[in-house]
Amino acid sequence: MRTDVAIVGAVQTRYEAKKAHQTYNELVYEVVSELLKQTGVPMQEIESMVTASQDFWDGKTISSMSVSEVVGGYLKSEAKVASDGIQALIYGAARILAGAFEYTLVVAHCKESEGQGQTITAVMFDPYCQRPLGVIAPTVAALQARAYMNAAGIGSETLAQVSQKNHRDAMKNPLALRAGDYKIEQILSADAYADPLTELMAAPTSDGACALLLASPEKARTFGSRAVWISGMGNSTDAYWTDRDLAQADALSQAAKRAYQMAGVGAKDIDIAEISARYAQEELLYGEALGLWARKDVAKVAASENGGKVNPSGGAITGNPATVAGLTRVAEAYLQLSDAAGAHQVPGASVALAQGADGICGQTQAVVILRRGEA
Amino acid sequence: MGRKVGIVATGQTKHGPKRLDVNLRELITEAVTRALEDAGLRMEDVDAVFLGNMEPFEGFMFPELWSVEGWGGYLKPSVKFNTGGTVGTTTTMAAYYYVAAGLYDTVLAVGFEKQSDGHTQAAITTVGDPVWERTMMAGAVGNFAVMASTYIHESGVTPEQAAKVAVKARRNACNNEYAHLQMPNLTVEEVLASQILAHPIRKLDMCPQSDGAVAMVIAEESKARKLAPRPAWIRAVATAHEQQYMGDSPKRLAIMRSQIAASQKVYKAVGITNPRKELDVAEIYEVATYAEMAMYENLGFCERGHGGKLIDEGVTSMNGELPVNPSGGVLSTNPIGATAMIRVAEAALQVMGKAGTRQVPNVRTALATGYGGNAWTDALILASN
Repeated sequence: MRTDVAIVGAVQTRYEAKKAHQTYNELVYEVVSELLKQTGVPMQEIESMVTASQDFWDGKTISSMSVSEVVGGYLKSEAKVASDGIQALIYGAARILAGAFEYTLVVAHCKESEGQGQTITAVMFDPYCQRPLGVIAPTVAALQARAYMNAAGIGSETLAQVSQKNHRDAMKNPLALRAGDYKIEQILSADAYADPLTELMAAPTSDGACALLLASPEKARTFGSRAVWISGMGNSTDAYWTDRDLAQADALSQAAKRAYQMAGVGAKDIDIAEISARYAQEELLYGEALGLWARKDVAKVAASENGGKVNPSGGAITGNPATVAGLTRVAEAYLQLSDAAGAHQVPGASVALAQGADGICGQTQAVVILRRGEA
Repeated sequence: MGRKVGIVATGQTKHGPKRLDVNLRELITEAVTRALEDAGLRMEDVDAVFLGNMEPFEGFMFPELWSVEGWGGYLKPSVKFNTGGTVGTTTTMAAYYYVAAGLYDTVLAVGFEKQSDGHTQAAITTVGDPVWERTMMAGAVGNFAVMASTYIHESGVTPEQAAKVAVKARRNACNNEYAHLQMPNLTVEEVLASQILAHPIRKLDMCPQSDGAVAMVIAEESKARKLAPRPAWIRAVATAHEQQYMGDSPKRLAIMRSQIAASQKVYKAVGITNPRKELDVAEIYEVATYAEMAMYENLGFCERGHGGKLIDEGVTSMNGELPVNPSGGVLSTNPIGATAMIRVAEAALQVMGKAGTRQVPNVRTALATGYGGNAWTDALILASN
């Protein structure tokens, strides 16, 4: 089926380690007001908003309370997804497809710097048997990296190659938090994050927000080539992390299958993939689950810079916060297909894929496929 | 508009103060199993699952992902919402939009909360702005004490009238096998003699803290007709928000602009001009006794200032013109992540004619609401046609 919903604008903050000068409502105000300016759509015409934020990161129960007004929700319909912002985007598209709204504003925010990541990520874990062990997000990322290295027969050099490519690409992305032309040895000998991952193989603590405007076909057509069409969407949830093989991403395979089917395309048709990899191994594992490459080829893929079509923005590993990272992927895919990516523009792409995940080791996954052209 | 969408089945747990016999995962299973049995479906017949919960109350980030086997979500699409008191209606509306959009045909909506796993009032304290509000009104009781004071000032309602709301709720709850507080012999005098929590709110003016879960099967028209002899069609949904800070909207807890806006939107969508006459039953999110009377006014059940009169005249009692909360309402059962969805499920039971001893005769049109956050409101109209 055709989805008949378009993205007509996308705005991100610069991602920074600590945005001490702005509260998170101010971050949201920054992206929303810029988005309205860029699209020329007045707030009065927008009746629907879907936001994504995480109470534990915000240190606030019902974290959307401080942004519902900033996104224009007064006397209007705002709803909050407690997962990655890509899920908010899919819900926003559903609201338009249902014929209920002409526009939906989709916004995600997080200031990781305001919380203590080690304390916050600890409460994702099973309260009976796992929390007493002190397990936190870096621990399981490392376990997953090791499991994947064993399963794919690769060493930490391969992970370092992924990191090297992304940080080099991020040098062309003015919004990226961490960028640089690191040598493989530098990446491998950086401070340990959680063995086998080093600090340069894991996303740094990051603050930022991202907003997109979705529109019905009638509205979208007035935007010309700035309208990029959502042609496929899929999501899926896996078993809890201790009940599955961490070297597999079955939920992502399922989500991708649904998105490809809806879009009527296959992995071979994807010109650009923005993969939500906060850790180096995730890019290889997720690319595999998306059908972009086979496991036996991952060493080759990493050495050849993933064929040049994965994460031209530098990706989440260069610093996008939790909850925002997946929506950032959609924003970046949109920028590519609307020829607005600036220095990191990849020429001539017509189909792009964006992926987001949340939960422990990507337990819940979502995929969105975008295409250029007419509705 | 999109496709026609109906609620075809519901399932609830026995709600209680501390469900120590089950963990969170098992609690969810109890509701989901009952909903699937009610629909005559198996999990593989369900396309996607929509979840609502207020995770800070359990002190557990992504409790739904830990509980995935409890709701049958393995390798299924799912999305989780968190919007405070309204989360159950937020989740229901999401399920509605996805099905109306044609993305799925048969879905499960699930709301759950196990408050005994955490410390709800500590978590609710953090809803206030850290600089301006957090030190003034800790927890739900403080907020509703301010609300009740404003409302008393505006409308002249009395503690006796509030106590009548408390009695109605806990007595109605006796007809609801799933309710947490069932008090068949509760009197106005007992309510007025109960402990004062924050003036003018007494203990029996306030909702309890419960453990519980609810699930509903929601389907597009042709599936819905096959699955239920009389589906509860979701005819209209609306959400309206308030401004962020309490001081920005004068008297916002007495003159509930979001209740007015959301209810007027759904009334208009289905052509209701006199809700008191045209609605057959309402399941509303009345967190405190005084709030219920204020909501009567703001939902258009009576003129402004007549909320107390409505309860005095028994208009909203089981045998009244417009029964409000035959289930016993939030005042009797409050597993927060489930509470607003319980309103929808109870309204659906009324429309489907499956409400048992709490059934209001001949229900064709029902209103369900959610209320939470910065005094924001969700409203849904369910109908038999």
